[in-house]
Amino acid sequence: MIDIRPPIKATNMKKHHALQHLLKRLQKQPKTLAPFVSLLLILSVTALITPGFLEIKFVNGHLYGSLIDILHRGTPTALVALGMAVVIGTRGIDLSVGAVIAISGAVTAVLTVNTDWPVWIVIACALGSGLVCGLWNGLLVSIFNIQPIVATLILMVAGRGIAQMITEGQIVTFHSTVLNAIGNEFFLAFPIRVWIVLGMIILTIVVMRKTSLGLFIEAVGANVRASRLVGIEARLLVLSAYMFSGFCAALSGIIIAADIRGADANNAGLWLELDAILAVVLAGASLAGGRIYLGLTIIGVLIIQTLTTAILTSGLPVQYNLVVKATIILAVLLIQSPTTRQWLAKRFQSKRGQNAKKEQNSTSSQNHGRADQ
Amino acid sequence: MINERNLPIFATLTVFLLLYGFGMYEYKGFRDTLVFTNLLTDNAFLIVTAVGMTFVILSGGIDLSVGSMIAFIGVLMAYLITSLHIHPILAIAISLIVGIAFGAIMGMIISVFEIQPFIVTLAGMFLFRGLAYLINLDAVPINHPFITALSDIYVSVPGRGGLTFIAMAMLVLLVVGILIARRTRFGMNVYAIGGDKQSAALLGVPIKKTTVKIYALSGLYSALAGVIFAIYTSSAYPLAAVGVELDAIAAVVIGGTLLTGGVGYVFGSFLGAMIQGVIQTLITFDGSLNSWWTKLAIGGLLLFFILLQKAIVFWAKKRSPAT
Repeated sequence: MIDIRPPIKATNMKKHHALQHLLKRLQKQPKTLAPFVSLLLILSVTALITPGFLEIKFVNGHLYGSLIDILHRGTPTALVALGMAVVIGTRGIDLSVGAVIAISGAVTAVLTVNTDWPVWIVIACALGSGLVCGLWNGLLVSIFNIQPIVATLILMVAGRGIAQMITEGQIVTFHSTVLNAIGNEFFLAFPIRVWIVLGMIILTIVVMRKTSLGLFIEAVGANVRASRLVGIEARLLVLSAYMFSGFCAALSGIIIAADIRGADANNAGLWLELDAILAVVLAGASLAGGRIYLGLTIIGVLIIQTLTTAILTSGLPVQYNLVVKATIILAVLLIQSPTTRQWLAKRFQSKRGQNAKKEQNSTSSQNHGRADQ
Repeated sequence: MINERNLPIFATLTVFLLLYGFGMYEYKGFRDTLVFTNLLTDNAFLIVTAVGMTFVILSGGIDLSVGSMIAFIGVLMAYLITSLHIHPILAIAISLIVGIAFGAIMGMIISVFEIQPFIVTLAGMFLFRGLAYLINLDAVPINHPFITALSDIYVSVPGRGGLTFIAMAMLVLLVVGILIARRTRFGMNVYAIGGDKQSAALLGVPIKKTTVKIYALSGLYSALAGVIFAIYTSSAYPLAAVGVELDAIAAVVIGGTLLTGGVGYVFGSFLGAMIQGVIQTLITFDGSLNSWWTKLAIGGLLLFFILLQKAIVFWAKKRSPAT
């Protein structure tokens, strides 16, 4: 998307043709290309500013380097974003994931310290707490028909209180070899948590794309009424979407707790929901429901994480982090917005005039979609 | 007869009176006017933020940037006063204009580019917090005779209580907010947009202009809250007011405003913020309860009011099946 500029001096016919082709592609599927281009752009700019940014070293069977660091640090956000994407697909939103992370971290820490249960039961309990939180959100949204923002706001506010209650207001530190491994150790050259997240991503994509479940979820998000008319049980789907989000957040909470070997009810996963929502939106999904892009969401997470790491490694003072991040995210959002796309399309059509009708149709159908909400 | 639309605000008032009455019954110290005036002072910035947020939510939008705005305006004001030696009145004026401008820009992005308010104000939240960091990383005191004079103003009321400058400023801003909502064309337009955007557009409500104005107003009110917060603490800290946007949204919801927009009262948000203050005061008075009970209580109240709203909407629909 960023690359389209009017071919001012397109003397070369072949080049002209390639541009036209790219333009057509962008008009057809502009959303799928934009995040890739953005990520590549950010990576290459950073590589220019910070020499050695793209370097990867192989030491003692482990890979080291800024890129690996991005993957390592991006795992909690990636997990949360995965669940968030599914929820957003149902025209919902889950603000409570940060609080769920705190709860699951608290459960992990307190059970590890206070009981001698085997670690897999502890993990199962933490994941279970996430499922219960998701069930709560899902019930409010699907059975009581409460707006998702409001319904999940309740747990967002109260959830940290629950987590503090579990840890009794303390930061509970623990020691467990298995959990430490999940937090910080390597397997087959990559951090273990990256493998865990990769597994979740593949599993989710397979379920969402290879079974009808994904289609149903997007159908519910696109048009609840129509999907009910074709016989989709919307309530159960929405419910399970929130439970999935709770599960992902809980897993993320375990990883975060394992990373710092403790549970901090106040700060674990703070504002992670916002990063996750941004990642989903950067991937081209609309908060108004419908089509979601799981793979691209992960690219969105990588964009956000790369930005953070790039700003840290480029030697810019830390305080620039938020400003740069906000500016770039705003820029990407503006570029992806329907208004900009229409404007760009118009500018090109005044020269080509061919796809005018096509574009008009697609914009009017877009407007239609918006009016529906 | 009570209109069902007014029911939430009566419920809010009842909850407030019950909580306050419980405090007066249980603790002797609670009966003094000091508790009430302290509530006004301590929650002044939250109430002012909630008043601005009410307009946004009435129109069906949301503004997540208010907490960061409070911190940013405080730091900006401190910088103007202590580093550039500008007189506080001028510094406050500049800060307010900055607040309005940033709010208007967000409103423009929302209306022109048609990006959801949630996402735009989220980016604004990051941006303002970042701008606050850029100006200053540490907490700085604001020492100026004018600011000290302002915080020294104190009008005694019967009992031991008294109104501070920021409490009075908050009350004035609250009244102004109520008047804007109920007595101006802009206020009517906000309700119309929140009620039904398409019908409002067909009736000739200038949607884009009003949207820009709504977010500019919210920017102004959160900037005012920033000024009040700076006077309240006599200092500025870029990490101040983290999470205030949630408290403000909670205040608006507890105050009976429908989050889908179109229905609600500015005064309800005042009560909603006061309820949160009373809960905190009660927990402080009790002494044995931990701070997390505040969060649980507010979460519980949120749930209660949301379910109440649902019930009312359901009831209203049942009574008039023609919609």
